[in-house]
Amino acid sequence: MRTPSVGRSSPRVEDENLLRGRGQFVDDIQIPGTLHLAFVRSPHAHARIKSIDTSSSLSLTGVIHVWTIDDLPKGLQDQPIPLVHPNPAIKQGFLPYVLAKGEVHYVGEPIVVVVAQTRALAEDASELVSVEYEVLPAISDCKDAVQEGAVLCHTNSSTNIAARVPFSYGNVAQAFEKAHLVIKESFFQHRGGSFFMECRAGLAQYDSHLDQYTVHLGTQVPHQMKRFYMDMLELGDQQIRVIAPDVGGGFGSKAPFYAEYALLPLLAKATGKPVKWIEDRFENFTSTFQERDQYWDMELALDEHGRILGLQGQLLHDSGAYLPRGLIVQWISATTVPGPYVVPSFQMEMISVLTNRVPTSAVRGAGRPQAIFAMERLLDRAAQKLGIDRAEIRRRNFIQPDQMPYKVGLIYRDGKPVTYDSGDYPASQDLALNHIDYEGFKIEQANALSTGRHIGLGLANYVEGTGLGPYEAVTIRISTTGRIFLYTGASPQGQSHQTTLAQIAADQLGMDPSMIKVVTGDTAAVPMGVGTFAARTAVNAGNSAHLAALAIREKIIKIAASTMEVKEDDLELEDGFVFVRGTPDLRKSFREIAIISGGVPGFSLPDGVSAGLEHLSTFSPKQSTYSNGTHAAIVEVDIETGHIKILRYVVVHDCGRVINPKVVHGQVIGGVAHGIGNAFYEHMRYDSQGQPLTTHFGDYLLPQASDIPPIEVLHMTSLSPLNPLGIKGAGEGGTLPAAATLISAVEDALKPYGILINESPLSPMKVVSLLGKHALGRTYSS
Amino acid sequence: MNNNQTLSLTVNGVNHVREVPSRMNLVDFLRNELKLTGSHVGCEHGVCGACTVLVDGLSVRACLMFAVQAEGCNVTTVEGLANADGSLSPLQAAFHEHHGLQCGFCTPGMLMTLQELLQEGKMPSEDEVRERLSGNLCRCTGYEGIVQAALEVLNRHPSAGRDQ
Amino acid sequence: MKCADFQYHRPESLAQALRLLNETNDACLLAGGQSLVPLMNFRLASPKNLIDLNHINELNHIKIVGQNLHIGAMTRQRSLEYSNLIQEHLPVLKTALLQVGHRQTRNRGTIGGSLCHLDPSAELVAICALTDAIMNTCSLQGRRQITSSNWALGLMTNALHQGEILEYISIPINEPSHGHAYVEYARRHGDFAIVAVGTRLWLGLDQKISKASIVLSGISQSPIRLKIAEIALQGVKPNESTWQQAAQLAQQIPAMQDEQITSEYRQHLARILTYRSLESAYQMALSSPRAQA
Repeated sequence: MRTPSVGRSSPRVEDENLLRGRGQFVDDIQIPGTLHLAFVRSPHAHARIKSIDTSSSLSLTGVIHVWTIDDLPKGLQDQPIPLVHPNPAIKQGFLPYVLAKGEVHYVGEPIVVVVAQTRALAEDASELVSVEYEVLPAISDCKDAVQEGAVLCHTNSSTNIAARVPFSYGNVAQAFEKAHLVIKESFFQHRGGSFFMECRAGLAQYDSHLDQYTVHLGTQVPHQMKRFYMDMLELGDQQIRVIAPDVGGGFGSKAPFYAEYALLPLLAKATGKPVKWIEDRFENFTSTFQERDQYWDMELALDEHGRILGLQGQLLHDSGAYLPRGLIVQWISATTVPGPYVVPSFQMEMISVLTNRVPTSAVRGAGRPQAIFAMERLLDRAAQKLGIDRAEIRRRNFIQPDQMPYKVGLIYRDGKPVTYDSGDYPASQDLALNHIDYEGFKIEQANALSTGRHIGLGLANYVEGTGLGPYEAVTIRISTTGRIFLYTGASPQGQSHQTTLAQIAADQLGMDPSMIKVVTGDTAAVPMGVGTFAARTAVNAGNSAHLAALAIREKIIKIAASTMEVKEDDLELEDGFVFVRGTPDLRKSFREIAIISGGVPGFSLPDGVSAGLEHLSTFSPKQSTYSNGTHAAIVEVDIETGHIKILRYVVVHDCGRVINPKVVHGQVIGGVAHGIGNAFYEHMRYDSQGQPLTTHFGDYLLPQASDIPPIEVLHMTSLSPLNPLGIKGAGEGGTLPAAATLISAVEDALKPYGILINESPLSPMKVVSLLGKHALGRTYSS
Repeated sequence: MNNNQTLSLTVNGVNHVREVPSRMNLVDFLRNELKLTGSHVGCEHGVCGACTVLVDGLSVRACLMFAVQAEGCNVTTVEGLANADGSLSPLQAAFHEHHGLQCGFCTPGMLMTLQELLQEGKMPSEDEVRERLSGNLCRCTGYEGIVQAALEVLNRHPSAGRDQ
Repeated sequence: MKCADFQYHRPESLAQALRLLNETNDACLLAGGQSLVPLMNFRLASPKNLIDLNHINELNHIKIVGQNLHIGAMTRQRSLEYSNLIQEHLPVLKTALLQVGHRQTRNRGTIGGSLCHLDPSAELVAICALTDAIMNTCSLQGRRQITSSNWALGLMTNALHQGEILEYISIPINEPSHGHAYVEYARRHGDFAIVAVGTRLWLGLDQKISKASIVLSGISQSPIRLKIAEIALQGVKPNESTWQQAAQLAQQIPAMQDEQITSEYRQHLARILTYRSLESAYQMALSSPRAQA
């Protein structure tokens, strides 16, 4: 009997090409005659476009087209980019046009597209385009934007509030009335972004004989992109094929349909040549969607034992200048706040505010880290005020495993009530704290302090909604050549789907995963699909792969039983053959079965056989399934410089059944790195006029190899009851509680000085300013 | 004005003579002229390291060198790392073993930086390896697999790079 | 981010480079490229002519001439890092250099390029100020010597005239210090320092400081010698309080303020790092075989 592949660290099939430099990222696809795009983008955060003169740019040799919105098909002049997630709460859902129409609303907004023989020429030409602006006042900080009488982000509006959404359950007024203690705090989470290493990219070709477009796009969601193209360019289903080749990281910001993408097929048709756009890093800083700012004003009501009675507050979310992604992130933020704790009553108002900055959408964590930050900091404060140990106060509030399934009382972004299905939250925290030696640390900390060193320990728990629906498509096909293919709408940017989905299918088909070729991200390979984001693929595509393989297995057995005239129960599958158990010579190859199921022209199919050895599965989860975990970290703070060094980082991670341990481990570590960035480094800054201030990697800091500590990962497994394989998502757990954990640790290290920290990222400069005189350290003589 | 220059250089052991625009940088030359698309462009301002190649055995940011500056030089890219028989080099194999890549975009740059380190024949500590890698950004892996791969090769085969 | 077009020139000698500089309009000199090329890629610099100095061998040397170390302007930072002469005669330069950028940038970057670019935090610029280096320039009109204190005219603006090229840097090495330190604070490894303090100490009898040299980098447009503290340290047998006083003097130097970093924080770091730099240099001096003579 073959050992199951699921659960093993099957080696990655993606590696061979990538290691040899034979990856096929969009820009690696080089077709002779390809033309290149560059854009003229707004240098102002808010301005009216008075005139555009493209004559000089057109006169440059090698420049083919210079287009403004007036050169686009009428449909695109009248209709902006469609809203991906409509929500009745959106009162001012401003959406961007493919090229700016009349007024620009953020620095970086595309106004003119230049097509030339090389990118360098296109940039030369874009410098020659003359745009006359009437500069308008801009609003930058969402805290200012939400005020009465604030400068308006869009001139044809009356306020900057895009949406106000209340979330509530239980009786919050009563809870606060009878509370023994009310903690009131405000938190601030700064803007940041995905900052994948490969910038956005697209390559479009038009075949005039077939009247068909092929677009290679560095996207997380090729099928969704295809739908946008069909809607916006009025195309038939067979007229457009979107392919996500190798994609160099996505982290959420390669999920939206961006304005630039619309121009690719249009220009491919207009020029009769392949047309390519490779975003450069400056464009990436100024026009790829980002995440946050968020301001949280929160109040937590507790009894004298530290048990939560209620929580209320307000979340102010910086939407940026447009809302093409609706309210996803903000919604997730608000509904994630209760976390793994019993919160009997809850009331929050989420206000989504328009500002003259790049629009915001989900970036790894998608609003959850901010919610976790708020909740965990509130608990730390409560512990302090009540004199209860931080771990203990959490223990007193955990949802217990025997309370599963647990209805929180809120509606999640998928329209379903937030219902935790499984997980042992107390055990997760205990495991983390035992491993980091929470009790022993207290002594270590005291010893360190006596020698002038400031070390601190932080902890945070999280619950993560994963496996978002509606489905993911997987077709498994055994062709008449005997080769086995798995086609899926899942579209990886590093998540190893080509390896893991083969593992799942291989177990049902009785073979080594290497016998199954997985094709991802191609709308021609599988007719429908959703894509890879929000930690959904393992649950959706994984179970679809399982069910499709199961269906094929059953079909093989049925056909074999009929053809070989044996009982179905006597048959086994191994290494591409179906044979009678105990009599391996009595067998048929999958190829033969496939040929039988393909039929012979002129003959009927045998009894009990339906055509084709393939099966499409679109496993559709009833609701999200909830992963959980705990992070604990020890840091050392140099109080003189404010420098923070992470000494230890412990992760307890429960994502249900693990398909490939190495892959999951990599996702966790990678996720923690993003979390460390959120905690200490990544701050996308704007000035009061909406000018981005951090527009290169010298100013916007990403963690380097020397900034990541050793990370210890421990696994728990609570199988999900919501899908056949018991899988939960693993893509974001590493990020979610990291900022909360690390800020908690810094605060703990600075306990002797009573420093309270309510924002992230936290800079050494901020630490020093909070410490005041204490930061003088040894340079001070009393 | 015609700002083209004739460029003659060796890349992965093969001589090339081309006429190139003066302003074309080395990584664009390798990718677009020689079709060696393994080296990647990540930032064009010399921070991310995705474009790292070896010029006369030393790691450089190929986005900060004009192709014409490589006149007469010996350039090694990721495509030149595999063993003579086509099998993955010890470094490449170690990356595979230790899950040192996810999306793979930063990987060629990482490999070239480590190849230089390997050629120095020392046995560095983990901190030293992390410091050496600090000029190459990765957004997927959190660096752990990369560092583990590097340590394995550097400490097991301290001279593994010397013959390359 | 493709740079604007330019005409490329590759002189093989200093004389040829000077003629080109004189004949061309709107020209930039290309040294290591680690600072200039990013600016060109952002189109913040779009010279019509680029004069590549990388093939001028006479600009690439490290040698002792009399009582000075002469370093050619095109000497790569990597060469300085591995140079025995530097290790022996000017170890503080090596200490500072190991904190400059990353392996890749040091492989190409040059000392001349760094000096001419004049980033306020550039370590090599600070070391030149610390060691009283002289910048030796060359033009068709002849040669000039510019002291470190006169080298910066303003923010990232050096004292070179039109048509002038930095030829070599000369640093006196007849009086090697007994202890040195270069302490910087940067967010991440290889980042530009926010503030750095370089120190050289000479000891006299009884472990007293006979001479001190202290430079603050990152505080102002160009490095500042903390002369007031240097004088105060002469003849002192130092203790904790000595360092505290010097640190306080450092904090009083007015500092730059920008979008990312306040002047208060820079001044605070000047204080902290001056203390650490002096303490470290003194420790080294105490255990230096030359000091005990």
